[in-house]
Amino acid sequence: MKSKILSIPYIIWMIIFTVIPLGLVIFFAFTTQSGEFTFSNIVAMNDYLDVLFRSIEFSVIATIICLILGLPVSYLISRLARGKQGTMLMIVILPMWINFLLRTYAWMTLLEENGLINRFLGLFNVGPFNLINNSGAVILGMIYNYIPFMILPLYSVMTKIDESVVEAAQDLGCSGFHIITRIILPLSKQGISTGIITVFVPSVSTFIISRMLGGGTNDLIGDIIESQFLGNSYNPHLGSAMALVLMVIVILIMSLFNQFGSEEAVI
Amino acid sequence: MENIIISLKNAIVDFDGEQILKNINLDIIDKQFVTLLGPSGCGKTTTLRIIGGFQQMKSGSLYFNNKDITKLPPHKRQVNTVFQKYALFPHLNIYDNIAFGLKIKRLSDKEIKSRVQQTLELVNLIGFEKRSVQSLSGGQQQRVAIARALVNRPKVLLLDEPLGALDLKLRKGMQIELKNIQQELEITFIYVTHDQEEALTMSDTVVVMNDGIIQQIGTPIDIYNEPKNAFVADFIGDSNIIDGIMRKDFLVDFAGNSFTCVDSGFEKDELVDVVIRPEDIKIVPQAQGKLTGVVESVIFKGVHYEMMVESSGYEWKIQSTLHENVGSLIGMNIEPMDIHIMHKMEDKL
Ligand SMILES: Nc1ncnc2c1ncn2[C@@H]1O[C@H](COP(=O)(O)OP(=O)(O)OP(=O)(O)O)[C@@H](O)[C@H]1O
Ligand SMILES: [Mg+2]
Repeated sequence: MKSKILSIPYIIWMIIFTVIPLGLVIFFAFTTQSGEFTFSNIVAMNDYLDVLFRSIEFSVIATIICLILGLPVSYLISRLARGKQGTMLMIVILPMWINFLLRTYAWMTLLEENGLINRFLGLFNVGPFNLINNSGAVILGMIYNYIPFMILPLYSVMTKIDESVVEAAQDLGCSGFHIITRIILPLSKQGISTGIITVFVPSVSTFIISRMLGGGTNDLIGDIIESQFLGNSYNPHLGSAMALVLMVIVILIMSLFNQFGSEEAVI
Repeated sequence: MENIIISLKNAIVDFDGEQILKNINLDIIDKQFVTLLGPSGCGKTTTLRIIGGFQQMKSGSLYFNNKDITKLPPHKRQVNTVFQKYALFPHLNIYDNIAFGLKIKRLSDKEIKSRVQQTLELVNLIGFEKRSVQSLSGGQQQRVAIARALVNRPKVLLLDEPLGALDLKLRKGMQIELKNIQQELEITFIYVTHDQEEALTMSDTVVVMNDGIIQQIGTPIDIYNEPKNAFVADFIGDSNIIDGIMRKDFLVDFAGNSFTCVDSGFEKDELVDVVIRPEDIKIVPQAQGKLTGVVESVIFKGVHYEMMVESSGYEWKIQSTLHENVGSLIGMNIEPMDIHIMHKMEDKL
């Protein structure tokens, strides 16, 4: 009985912030401006399939790179002395305290034609390179913004790996490579799948970053959705349909991934 | 000549500026059962970790068959370890835990299977192959840890209190098992324990440590009968340790009396520790005793009684199959050969 009373605030919260908005999205997605039921919004998604696939492609690449970078970084942090671990985590999280628009502006000033990087390379008569307004810059922006979401779950499982287990593996003949594949990765499985989800989901619905770093030719599905609500192509019905389709795709990919996930991480 | 398989020379280890191992020199003879014995925190695990390759020394060197392996990483050493805290792999079942080292060595599946089976039998864990580590009791986990190391048939096996979590009966059984395995497979065992009885019954050689220093190395009989100092005497079995003065060769004063003894070679009037085993004090009628005392307590210990007796300012521990009543006056006699004289330890603990 007691537990029921305690769950009331949570249920109210869920209704206000999850159920009602979701209901509205579904309602808008299947209605016309005059409120009649229709599939036309969903069908209209056809025109944006290329953008949708680009979003998925970019976010898959960004997620993989986050994983590749995040694994060694998290492992190194987890093997530091207790006190230093906190400091290093702080450094990882610190950029998240700055507004993400500012962070992305900072990247613009670094990557621009006459930005810091090109000017520095210019000192050695190298460049200038075309670093911005391309797909690479957008993926870089995603990685930069979302890599903490990879490092944190990885760190939290890796810090629980007892050093004596690593020593036991060494004792039984494991070199560095085997320690990674037979001990560290299998024991980090939970963190790897959490990290992949927490990076992939915001990446696939990224907006603004793509517009700022992609130069207008690399817009993602998030940008298109945003412009349906705030831009000049105002059409919340189409925007809702897009959001709904994106959500279904994400859920499908994630459940597929979870199916494989249980065996995949063993290697 | 016996072959020395492992030799540790002038090993010094510091933790946070504190010296934990103070110049350890230790030769391990091939195929022997060697025990490191000492109280908690004396540096047994640290010594073992040096041999396993997990602990760097501040200075000193380690030889394996006369080859310097001080800098050799652990996975290249022909040594396996049974860790004090088991350190089993939580993501693998019991079979895969034990097979781990053999898989790394790329043995055939058939060979791995038969060796794991054989080892499971040795440690009495047949039928546990598919169980998870988490589902095992402490004692069962400990036996998996033993099996996981043993299955590799290393030249040298390091065991860090491998029977600590077992009950007395199982422990006695495993002691015999381990000793048999060691002799059958002709593996050198370096065995850490703080249980002196375990050390005495299993070992070819006992190394008594205290406070990062080796106090004595010898056969169990040597260590028991000829302890080098009062610490060893006290740690190996119970002892009465009494202050005495060596008057001349074969004559010592203690407890207000002069006693003939069998020790010589001390300075005249040197202050010494006199060590007497509780079972070596004979209880006689008061009038016939060289010393007299009052019985303060009697405890039944199974095989014998243990009495605390107050006499000439000391508490004497006496073990006897017969017992006196609390409060009664008794006489006590000690044979010359049961009086062990030792130099006072340089640094009192
Ligand atoms: N990593 C470490 N950092 C600091 N001090 C340590 C470390 N490892 C061990 N010590 C200290 O070194 C001393 C010896 O430790 P060691 O583990 O070798 O003792 P031990 O003889 O195995 O004791 P026990 O019987 O309790 O296992 C102890 O005082 C311990 O506190
Ligand atoms: Mg220890």
